[in-house]
Amino acid sequence: MSALAHVPASAGKPAPPPVRRGRSRLLPYLLLLPGAAWLLVFFALPLVQLASASLYDPSGSLTTGYAMTWAFGNYPDALQAYWPQFSRSFLYSAIALVLALLMGYPLAYAIAQKAGRWKNLLLVAVVAPMFTSFLVRTLAWKTILSDNGALVGLLRDVHLLGPDGRLLATPIAVVLGLTYNFLPFLVLPLYASLERLDPRLLEAASDLYASPLRAFAKVTLPLSMPGLIAGTLLFFIPATGDYINAELLGTPNEYMIGNVIDSAFLVRLDYPQGAALSFLLMAAILAIVFVYLRKAGTEEVL
Amino acid sequence: MKGQQPPAGDLRLVDLTKRFGVFTAVDDLTLAVPQGSFFALLGASGCGKTTTLRMIAGLEQPTSGKVLLGEQDIAGLRPYRRPVNTVFQSYALFPHLDIHENVAFGLRRRGIRKVGDQVERMLALVQLEGYGRRRPAQLSGGQQQRVALARALINHPQVLLLDEPLGALDLKLRRQMQIELKRIQTEVGITFVHVTHDQEEAMTMADTVAVMNAGRIEQLGAPADIYEYPATAFVANFLGQSNLLAADAGGRAADDVLVTAHGARYSVPAGRARLTDGPAFLGVRPEKLHLADGPDRVPAGHQHVGGVVTDTSYVGVSTQYLVRTAWGSELSAFAANSGLGGRLAVGTAVTAHWDPRHAFLLPRAAGADDQTAPLLDGPPVGALP
Amino acid sequence: MRRWLADRWVMGVALLVLGYLTLPIMVVAGLSLNRPSSRLSYDFNEFTLDNWKQPCATADMCDAVVRSMQIGLIATAASTVLGTLMAFALVRHSFRGRSGLNGLIFLPMATPELVMGTSLLALFVAAGVPQGFWTIVIAHVMFCVSFVVVTVKARLAGMDRRLEEAAMDLYASEWQTFRRITLPLVLPGIVAAALLAFSLSFDDFIITNFNAGTTVTFPMYVWGASQRGIPPQVNVIGTAMFVIALLLVGASSLRGRRARRAALAMIATPAGKP
Repeated sequence: MSALAHVPASAGKPAPPPVRRGRSRLLPYLLLLPGAAWLLVFFALPLVQLASASLYDPSGSLTTGYAMTWAFGNYPDALQAYWPQFSRSFLYSAIALVLALLMGYPLAYAIAQKAGRWKNLLLVAVVAPMFTSFLVRTLAWKTILSDNGALVGLLRDVHLLGPDGRLLATPIAVVLGLTYNFLPFLVLPLYASLERLDPRLLEAASDLYASPLRAFAKVTLPLSMPGLIAGTLLFFIPATGDYINAELLGTPNEYMIGNVIDSAFLVRLDYPQGAALSFLLMAAILAIVFVYLRKAGTEEVL
Repeated sequence: MKGQQPPAGDLRLVDLTKRFGVFTAVDDLTLAVPQGSFFALLGASGCGKTTTLRMIAGLEQPTSGKVLLGEQDIAGLRPYRRPVNTVFQSYALFPHLDIHENVAFGLRRRGIRKVGDQVERMLALVQLEGYGRRRPAQLSGGQQQRVALARALINHPQVLLLDEPLGALDLKLRRQMQIELKRIQTEVGITFVHVTHDQEEAMTMADTVAVMNAGRIEQLGAPADIYEYPATAFVANFLGQSNLLAADAGGRAADDVLVTAHGARYSVPAGRARLTDGPAFLGVRPEKLHLADGPDRVPAGHQHVGGVVTDTSYVGVSTQYLVRTAWGSELSAFAANSGLGGRLAVGTAVTAHWDPRHAFLLPRAAGADDQTAPLLDGPPVGALP
Repeated sequence: MRRWLADRWVMGVALLVLGYLTLPIMVVAGLSLNRPSSRLSYDFNEFTLDNWKQPCATADMCDAVVRSMQIGLIATAASTVLGTLMAFALVRHSFRGRSGLNGLIFLPMATPELVMGTSLLALFVAAGVPQGFWTIVIAHVMFCVSFVVVTVKARLAGMDRRLEEAAMDLYASEWQTFRRITLPLVLPGIVAAALLAFSLSFDDFIITNFNAGTTVTFPMYVWGASQRGIPPQVNVIGTAMFVIALLLVGASSLRGRRARRAALAMIATPAGKP
């Protein structure tokens, strides 16, 4: 038993003083300080700056400088001027969301519950598009939807498109692009929820006289709600603020609010208007998110 | 082991208290564990037994009180400065280290370079030779349990703490490990403090059992002593089952305490009565309650109460009966399937009788009624005659 | 037959959707092997390997790729450190103002990039900070930190606290416990967070666009080129990124599988008494 014959080093020695806890009480603040300061200075403070920029005197310019005149009129002015783009943003992303749900739910469900040993491979296939550049992928849709492409040719042949009909530079292209670009953000949280769904619950439901449709409505859907809510938000928020799809796949007739803000800041250099539009966009999205979470009855989704 | 014994060190807890906010998990606990003994802290979940253990290990700071090891108060020491090791509930083996490194962990942290031989011997002690290069996830529950034991024992602590170490094992393996643990404890001679909610585990393994309830010790003693003569109604029902009849003690007569219960008069030997006056429980263990056809068939010296059999369950070694008394309580009685005497059918009028030397008298809160409902969870201790 | 369909239609739909998701990548790979008929054409024309042989035929583009990598590496390093520290504080310590901090971490993920980009621009302009390489880095660290916190936090929260208690019980000091137990166990989470941060940074366009000044990252190059005509080498870069990422994923899962197979083999051979 010599393996056990070792007397611990500390045995019998006088006790060192009890630990002081003062240092460890300070530790969390030290750990948090750099990151929190970064977010405060480069996330929160800019929002304040944006808010004040949105109230600058609209007659100023970058060269002459802006005067703070509490010009609340910037908001109605901006909204009036760009109401079509504003509402188009929400319309397009709402349509894209519906399409994404129709596609994403079966996909997430199939991977989570039906894929068996192919599960990981299919997951990689969902994430794979994000491995390459967003812009390069969006440009690839220009090739796919091209007037000379196979898809348009096929649709013309079956008379779903007229002989001169096209897809590129139409609202369809923009909505398809939005759907495509943000679909993985919807699918992944949904998958995470559905993966935890015990298949025996569905067996129990069918044992208790539920048709597949009722089992879905009464068991699967409610249990996947957290993922569904998270996924919807992760899809909707960036889709509404996106302007790359409208720019690359659409025409000025399909421009969304992002295109307007981009040009206000970078082309027209009308900061007060750009800031007001940015703020309106954020307020509108926050309002929608808030109402949605209230309705869905949960706030711990992200 | 000769000549290398650590300095004499009983483990003593003195006025140990732990509060979490307003909740008192451990309430002014004082107890002594003699060196080299196998001590069990038994209680339901939330009774404070694990908190007590964690205070000994140094993983929890006591609100007040002392933890003495020999003469030294270790209550203020960080866990890694205490000659105490723990076998954690569900083992807490390091998943990224192999078995060899798991076992060697404590030695390496104390700067010991050559650990190979010690680790091999330790793995041999727990019968896991040749498993050194595996990862914890590749072992079965029982093997993981032994690695956890080896990882703690290799440091030769003065006290080994075991936090529900067998809780995750299935019944058969648990029995096997109980014997194994007891063997190892005898072999290494280290003080074991074992926390469990399993009364049978505590009774089969420990020299001394402390039954805890709501942060306090209800009773402390050898398992047989506690079982045969519980100190409180809680112990009488937590350790095995008891038929507790609401009674009133009415003073002593010679060597007996006189008792009235439900209009009848009984007696209990003074040596088995916790009180002589006032509200009391008259207790009889189910296996010591016998059933007879009528009052005239009761053996001389036995006391009895009449009733009707309302339920029988055949459990192999014994048959368990429920007997409803005239006032509506249901007593339970276990009869050995010894082949003598037939089984009684539901509805049979019977007389339940017991030897007063097997009864006991406990204090009862005024107003408390009979406590006779059989515990439904787990096989009853002492069901096997 | 109806049953067969009922069991499989979901999988059928899923495969169609996967096709929709992967089609553009195949097109990108195809275009990387295409000699376009004109600068502004996006259609397939003629097979060639030239784009792969001379990926840097357009020097501006390769400069932009290198710049994106530099920015990505710096932003990844900074955000991984900041985010990991915050995750430790959030999971392991109690402190005042937790809910406010949670909000501060959550909000950047819920705010449209457009708003973050324009607000940073407003700040830099008001403060008179010239925009360029470092303002991009600042912006990228800002939006990556939250993702790092969430990723590391998940790993850390899933870690059994008793492992650390066990280490302390086995004579490991606080530092040794961190070094030997906590860090190795949390490392996969930190690596995942760093990879996520790098890919977010490398691919970001909107926030960068508002804070780049005259500095050109790869996405900004593609954006600018989409108006002037895209050099086919852009698709080479896109395909290469995809292949590299796929190889990384493949390698990590292969390693996992080999370890699993080795584990199975070991369990199967009895190497001692049970």
